[in-house]
Amino acid sequence: MELIKNTNINFVSKNVRRGAFLFSGILILIGIASYIIGGGFNLGIDFAGGSIIQYKFEQRPPLNELRDVLKEAGLGKSIIQTFGSPKEVVMKLSEGSDVEHLKKIMTEKYGEGADIRREETVGPSIGRDLKNQAFWAVLWSLVGILIYISWRFELKYAIGAIAALFHDVLITLGAFALFKYEFNTPVLAAILTIIGYSLNDTIVVFDRIRENIRIERPRSTGHYEKVVNGAINSSLSRTVITSLTTLFVVIVLFFFGGEVLRNFSFALLIGIIVGTYSSVFIASPILIEAHLRVGTKK
Amino acid sequence: MKRVEKWKWVLIVLVFILMLLTSLPSAGLIKDEKIARFFPGKVNLGLDLQGGTHVVFEADVDDLRQKYAERNQELKKNDIEEAMARAMEILTNRIDKFGVTEPLIQRQGTDRIILELAGVKDPERVAEVVGKTAYLEFKLVSDVNPSEYLDDKGEPLPGKQIPAQLQLRYEKDEETGSRIPYLLVKDQVVPGATLTDAYVTTKNAEYVVGFRLNAEGAREFARITESNIGRRLAIVLDDVVVSAPRINSEIPSGEGVIEGGFTPQSARDLALILKTGALPVKLNIAEERTVGASLGRDSIHAGIKAIVIGFIAVIIFMMVYYGLSGVIADMALIFNLIIILGVLVLFNATLTLPGLAGIILTIGMSVDANVLIFERIREELKNNKSVGKAVENGFARAFITILDANITTVITAVVLYNFGTGPIKGFAVTLMIGILASMFTALFVSRVIFQTILARKNVTKLSI
Repeated sequence: MELIKNTNINFVSKNVRRGAFLFSGILILIGIASYIIGGGFNLGIDFAGGSIIQYKFEQRPPLNELRDVLKEAGLGKSIIQTFGSPKEVVMKLSEGSDVEHLKKIMTEKYGEGADIRREETVGPSIGRDLKNQAFWAVLWSLVGILIYISWRFELKYAIGAIAALFHDVLITLGAFALFKYEFNTPVLAAILTIIGYSLNDTIVVFDRIRENIRIERPRSTGHYEKVVNGAINSSLSRTVITSLTTLFVVIVLFFFGGEVLRNFSFALLIGIIVGTYSSVFIASPILIEAHLRVGTKK
Repeated sequence: MKRVEKWKWVLIVLVFILMLLTSLPSAGLIKDEKIARFFPGKVNLGLDLQGGTHVVFEADVDDLRQKYAERNQELKKNDIEEAMARAMEILTNRIDKFGVTEPLIQRQGTDRIILELAGVKDPERVAEVVGKTAYLEFKLVSDVNPSEYLDDKGEPLPGKQIPAQLQLRYEKDEETGSRIPYLLVKDQVVPGATLTDAYVTTKNAEYVVGFRLNAEGAREFARITESNIGRRLAIVLDDVVVSAPRINSEIPSGEGVIEGGFTPQSARDLALILKTGALPVKLNIAEERTVGASLGRDSIHAGIKAIVIGFIAVIIFMMVYYGLSGVIADMALIFNLIIILGVLVLFNATLTLPGLAGIILTIGMSVDANVLIFERIREELKNNKSVGKAVENGFARAFITILDANITTVITAVVLYNFGTGPIKGFAVTLMIGILASMFTALFVSRVIFQTILARKNVTKLSI
């Protein structure tokens, strides 16, 4: 079976290039705007500090009743939502809340009918450290990848790959700001994975471009564009199929992997889709732009 | 086509058998205990999968510094280090006495201790109990009338300075939640460190904690009790008054009991931590995560379900899309999963929920390598190359691409491993093993399978 055969689509003409940049620019702007308007990310307690407590009820609990319980415990400002199934509820309490008191009230009220499934409390010092560590983790993986790319590819390829990488991470972060998915440590792990995976697709395309350029040795800019476009077309099948198999499993993870991992798999889902798009529509066009400006200099 | 060297097959079969045998118990395929003894143990499950408590204790360095300042001493870095080392020792000792099997106690940074407990009932309670300082003091209750300095609620009256030789401490009444104030004479009558034993006993049908002091402590205790008959002696634990009995007679034996409305459990807890000695520094709980065993089980089920569905989807896709070649890729994928599980067992690594996600992700990413190779072979075939040549070129040309594409993911996995806390480390580990395993299975195993088939038969048309 073959889904994509001998395509000859123009991916890199000036108009397509501009269209793609505009499209991506809008997506990134939406993300930034949601971040600013929405007051930043919906940070999990790992980063923001506080407590969560997850209950599983024998019968579907009325959320209003639970809100009253929280009010009674003096925690009226807490966030409460169902978690996966309607019988499961997570309460997110701000820093310094008296969880033990809440638990006592819950036991008095529901007894055996409510089972504590998970309980987490993170103090401010841990959150601060984690933010710090997260910053360094992102920085180190970027540095590692930058070194690797600039060693394996010429400067203009590196520029294209890095632009695509930032593009993928920014849009994924933007999706988190827009949809208010909770940002916790597993999500950070997903972002780092995207940093690694974004290049996976880009490299698949770039390898072919590099190979074809060695064979055809383009002299003019128009010819260069043509070679790049030919390479994208001839590697299109493998770009799409490799992403497709990974996308399969991430979709499965998103829908069947359980509620605890939902945010994590959402990040991967966005990252992989955007990563595939960007290897064709961002990395390669920027390679051409860079070629126009930097030329063949190393 | 030339024949495949024998050593390649020997290597593949050896690796396969080794990994299969190591992973069998973890896959739940060996039920009989007699047989299981000959196999390595099951893969370690993280707290998020088996249920348990993860606590990060943070030393209250400011509190320690203040204590030093009271003795006109300066707290040096070395002192913190010593206190932490001693605290570790005491914690380990306490956990041991609680009978927790395979706890994890680990220093982190300069002032933190990580404690992980699984396989105990109520791990959260155990973690909180062992983290108590258990600093025991005996202090005389002052003759001064408390109402002179305190209001009805026990708060100090404004404008009234409590005399410097006295201190205000409270007793908590668990039933009503109210607190009883005490004005204590600051000087300790007997150092709590002279305690040699603590045990649970009963007095007037109530649970109490009995204690025994060493010879020096007993002498001191006798002297104080003799000269203060009729006064009250407060027993103070971690700055909270537990009880303040009246001294009725001299106590020469250095033995006594602490009453405090204990349940059998809280009496046992207190006896245990008193016996192991006080922590040299107060430990605050900076982070506490408890996952119930039932949620852990649900997470395992969800993870395995996702793995199975993802696995089947990818297997079918590869067969439909690449025909018999897809079957070879599927074989490589199964091999890959066996290697991941086997290596996890061999290296005694811990499988966490994000680790399961890492396995799922590798299922998708590991066929990537095969896809790259097969697409290349198709292109070569289109350029009218012979099957043997196309396969050879396909593998050779895809090699660099696969290497480049995977190394970047390995780089981030390594960073993640160094950054991560337990669950994230588990993700980094499975991702790393999965990628390395997929390079082995795609670039070596499936290549050898192709070569062997092509060497035996004169294949003119490849199912790809």
